[in-house]
Amino acid sequence: MKIKILYFARIKEALKFSSEYLELPEESLTLLSLKAYLAKRNDTWQQMLMGKLKVRGAINHALVDDAALIHDGDEVAFFPPVTGG
Amino acid sequence: MPVRVQTQDFDVGSEISCLHKSCQITGAVVSFVGYVRDLSDNVAISQLTLEHYPEMTEKALENIIQQAKSRWPIFDALVIHRVGTLKVCEQIVLVAVSAAHRGDAFKACEFIMDYLKTEAPFWKKETSSKGEFWVEAKDSDELAREKWQ
Repeated sequence: MKIKILYFARIKEALKFSSEYLELPEESLTLLSLKAYLAKRNDTWQQMLMGKLKVRGAINHALVDDAALIHDGDEVAFFPPVTGG
Repeated sequence: MPVRVQTQDFDVGSEISCLHKSCQITGAVVSFVGYVRDLSDNVAISQLTLEHYPEMTEKALENIIQQAKSRWPIFDALVIHRVGTLKVCEQIVLVAVSAAHRGDAFKACEFIMDYLKTEAPFWKKETSSKGEFWVEAKDSDELAREKWQ
């Protein structure tokens, strides 16, 4: 499957990355599995996605939890807890 | 169900007037305006930068308004949220709700604001003499949202 991933705020700055397209052999996978996969890239990715600081995830513009399933064509986003208002 | 995410400022008076005029049986409009504060943890702030997630932001805000409409008999709601760089004292956000009576409008306005604080994808970065810092989410905001559940 091919997915688009977006990063925001503190995570985007630390990773020096705002978006990417990723091709994976799986037909679907959980948000947690994707985080674990990306976290293997290096220490910064590990710290930003699987570290102590909270990370929130969205699939196709809806907030989801770690167990949510990602499918081909989905837009996934990772960001810190929101601080608007 | 108007939702606007914009860099430019807004005029609260004309926005409330529009909301009122859109429905002749409106007996109450309750509004909340959030501003950039000059202090954060006792450190003087020079400016605030707001980032957001285009598309998701609008959907999240529309969804929050929809939830408010399903809980209270309100006529309409308006959310305007600014993004980009803002100076101290500038307006950040406006939430306005129209209803027949004040009780529903007050509750719906607070509900929308509490959900906006915890579910709408905006992030604040403060600039002070000590540098630039991302604002951390507050547990008190989570608690404020949980009281509606």
